[in-house]
Amino acid sequence: MEENIIQVENLSKSFDVSSKEPGLKGTLKHFFKRETKSIEVIKNINFGIKKGEIVGFLGANGAGKTTILKMLCGLIYPSQGKLSVAGNLPYKRRSSFLKNITLIMGQKQQLIWDLPPIESFYLNAAIYDIEKIEAKKRIKKLSDMLEIEKELYIPVRKLSLGQRMKSELLAALIHNPNILFLDEPTLGLDINAQNNLRKFLQIYNKETDATICLTSHYMKDITSLCKRVICIHEGSLTYDGRLEKLLKKISPVKDILFICKTDKDAIELSNSGFIIKNQNQKEITITIKKESIKSTLKKILNKFEIEDLYINEPPVDEIIGNILVKEKV
Amino acid sequence: MKIRQYLKIYSLFLNTSIASELEYKANVIIDFITAILSLVGSVFLLTIFFQNTDNIGGWNFEQALIIQGIYTILNGITNTWFNPNLTEIVKHIREGTLDFVLLKPLDSQFFISLNKIAPSGFLEIILGVSLLFYCLDINQININFGFLFLCLTTLFCSIVILYSLWFLISTTTIWFVKTWNATEVLRSFLYIGRFPLNSFSFSLRIFFSIFVPIAFITTIPSEVFLGIAKLWEILLEIFVAGIFFIVSRRFWLYALKYYTSASS
Repeated sequence: MEENIIQVENLSKSFDVSSKEPGLKGTLKHFFKRETKSIEVIKNINFGIKKGEIVGFLGANGAGKTTILKMLCGLIYPSQGKLSVAGNLPYKRRSSFLKNITLIMGQKQQLIWDLPPIESFYLNAAIYDIEKIEAKKRIKKLSDMLEIEKELYIPVRKLSLGQRMKSELLAALIHNPNILFLDEPTLGLDINAQNNLRKFLQIYNKETDATICLTSHYMKDITSLCKRVICIHEGSLTYDGRLEKLLKKISPVKDILFICKTDKDAIELSNSGFIIKNQNQKEITITIKKESIKSTLKKILNKFEIEDLYINEPPVDEIIGNILVKEKV
Repeated sequence: MKIRQYLKIYSLFLNTSIASELEYKANVIIDFITAILSLVGSVFLLTIFFQNTDNIGGWNFEQALIIQGIYTILNGITNTWFNPNLTEIVKHIREGTLDFVLLKPLDSQFFISLNKIAPSGFLEIILGVSLLFYCLDINQININFGFLFLCLTTLFCSIVILYSLWFLISTTTIWFVKTWNATEVLRSFLYIGRFPLNSFSFSLRIFFSIFVPIAFITTIPSEVFLGIAKLWEILLEIFVAGIFFIVSRRFWLYALKYYTSASS
């Protein structure tokens, strides 16, 4: 059996958090006598990841996804449990380990703000001890793949968010890491930029057999990249397995927005016995079971005059909010 | 890690940060003007002090100018290296960008202490050195190898003490998150270093020698310059610099264990 490149056993992490009561009295009390309590943010988690796998970490805000990623890449010390990434104890942050991994965060940037990204790339290349000729080759290859050849020479502050994110990716991948940790990499990007980034990650994974651990709030990131997902709820692992299986279990419905041609159609449609999620004059959102989408759509389109329709996946947060928070999947 | 690689990385730090600074021309020019005005103002202040007296704490005007020269060099170094880098530590920790630094296969203290540079501080260093050359002339000091060696050694130790103090305070950000005020206090203490240690009362002298070693930072190099420093003073400064540096380094490595990284 192939050995796991990432192995996590009974991993726990606690943080000391201080709380403050509202008002001046609370502020003064908080200033002079701070009360802190220890909160267990990760509770006894176990999983293993094989080389070349793309694994999505799902969970609501504050579930502990980012904390797990940060422990895996060695930024924070675990409170308890065993952790091994590419045969290393991550928190020791040995040079050989750091040359093997990378962390990309959608909301933090490492590029030098006032200079073109190419300057940051060469600096990173020097830090990772990559010869200039080799660095040039890698920059050429990655910028081709990411389609940012022209942006290499424009100051970062003048790039769009999408171009900046692509440049961040290039800066983070210049040392050809085998393990990528991505924390909400598509945050704030428009649809095109999101798609490009996903496509790039797919190709990168295929070409280099790199292992990718990803957290995201966009269901599309997860569905187009990850075959396997790990669900975290309030620090505990609630599901670890194939995405398809999870989706069938937790999201058996789709929301469809119908825009009716006339008010009469809208009223009739809303009184036809479907599960109405939302109604705003001629716009009606109906929740339909996935297995009956075809027949229901046919029925509605035949019976009513529909001007337009949109099919929506319920957002991942909503799915998780509704189902994962309540029980073990 | 190899020294050659570190030198290469440092030359890139220099390139990128000078290029970044030069993106804003007006800012650089204003910084240059500020440096000149600041030196003129300080010398003017000294002349006022010496208007009615020949010496303060045993130092005459020409000798006190040496302290001013050394202070100007140190202030230039502060503005060139310490200020742009060490104040950023607070930002790195508050915003969580220290993550990127810690994940590089490079010494994190080296990275955050030296990755930026403010070229406007160079002018202050040049002004300070020029003032010292002028002081050589008016105090009729002869330069020889031993003299230069001692001057540079004590000046280097002063820089190390100042850096370590500043770095120590910035490191506490890992627990306290915001320590801008503390570094401001340190800057004000450095301001005190413009005057000879002997011009203060006994209790203040003790305070500035033991608790905040500002006295070491300007007074001892100045005494070396005048040839009145005692050997034990020089050895003590080297010792204090070594201890401060080791403590700041150890403290940083210890503090990193408590780094929780800003939440996203």
